[in-house]
Amino acid sequence: MLLREVEYARPAGIAEAIQLLSEHDNARALAGGQTLINVMKQRAAAPDMLVDLAELEELTVINATGDGTLELGAMATLADILSSREVAERRPILAEVASTIADVQVRNRGTLGGNVCSNDPTNHLPPLMVATEATMTIIGAGGERVVSAEEFFLGVYMTAVAPGELLTKVTIPPAGGTGDGFASVTVGSHGTGIVNVAATVNGEARIAIGCVAAVPVLVTARPDDESVREAVRTADLDPPSDVHGSGEYRRRLAEVLSVRAVQQGRSSG
Amino acid sequence: MIEKTIKVDINGDLYERDVEARRLLVHFIRDDLELTGTHVGCDTGNCGACTILYNGDAIKSCMMLAIQADGATIQTIEALAHDGQLHPLQQAFSEEHALQCGYCTPGMLMAAKYLLDRNPQPTEQEVREAIQGNICRCTGYWNIIDAVMAAASRGEET
Repeated sequence: MLLREVEYARPAGIAEAIQLLSEHDNARALAGGQTLINVMKQRAAAPDMLVDLAELEELTVINATGDGTLELGAMATLADILSSREVAERRPILAEVASTIADVQVRNRGTLGGNVCSNDPTNHLPPLMVATEATMTIIGAGGERVVSAEEFFLGVYMTAVAPGELLTKVTIPPAGGTGDGFASVTVGSHGTGIVNVAATVNGEARIAIGCVAAVPVLVTARPDDESVREAVRTADLDPPSDVHGSGEYRRRLAEVLSVRAVQQGRSSG
Repeated sequence: MIEKTIKVDINGDLYERDVEARRLLVHFIRDDLELTGTHVGCDTGNCGACTILYNGDAIKSCMMLAIQADGATIQTIEALAHDGQLHPLQQAFSEEHALQCGYCTPGMLMAAKYLLDRNPQPTEQEVREAIQGNICRCTGYWNIIDAVMAAASRGEET
């Protein structure tokens, strides 16, 4: 048997889910399972209780409000984001990036909430959340709170979602003339990120660099190529070295990909 | 041991079984139900040999628990051929030499079926993207792509 013994519940509503998560010391929310099931096989995670969020259909909704704000339920799958008209109209960069995550089968199960809550430093969505100034709605026994993406990502595999809490919604502010861009170098065409960069351009370039630290690194600059390159060069990045690339290579990629992401942002605003 | 009774519709047959919460869906399908057409390749969600259609969506059944599938409708590779007649995709795989060892084939066929169900006339690029989550170490993919294109060009119901 690959997995350690585990209890399982499939609550019918958010309140019940929160209750289950807070009652059990070592409970984990199970969204699409495309990360969690695998780390359970490796026993890198060994929860005593899985709280399956599959019945919480209200968390799968993707909504655009009148002022252009985009609200995405944490249980929206990557495939949902790809096929969403609201996303295509308001913030197509989300679909563009989602389409490069893993493969068809994984996108059919993997969720927005799972991708950001696992907060693997090589994941694509955390830098995009930071660049677009997304806010995250978290519900717990004490009620609901909203944190900015910058405050949400705390460390490798760590986020502001505390034990007993649940990420319910990601809110992306209206684009309002902002241009979005994303550039990455990955292992294989849709594989693990070596460096990925999300950028928004609206007068100023807001650049979030992934894979170079435990959490996305935010850099702001004037949106011309040389200013972007200079801002990233002087950001004192100290990326890790591994089998896919040296720290020095990642530092160089961060400059190049930041320029590319901002170029896309400039042309799409 | 934490067990629960689940009911799952697989290929039109309703199965009701007790499962442990930790049992993977692919092991349930293969070992409990003896539907061994669905293969386990890597066990890590990379190879796609365990691809099935879950409520109509292609998924990798090694990255789901059987208990999650309670109430679901599933199609496995056993659903493709009818009365000894190969499915058009299977026929095309045979004719185009789209398999050598055959280990990846059930997953390839289910991924291809998922594509053609939604997009009966795909471009070659779309076929490539549709099988991106499926690894084949024999064919170099060319004949698999040819086979899916051939099945699509015949325009038969898949």
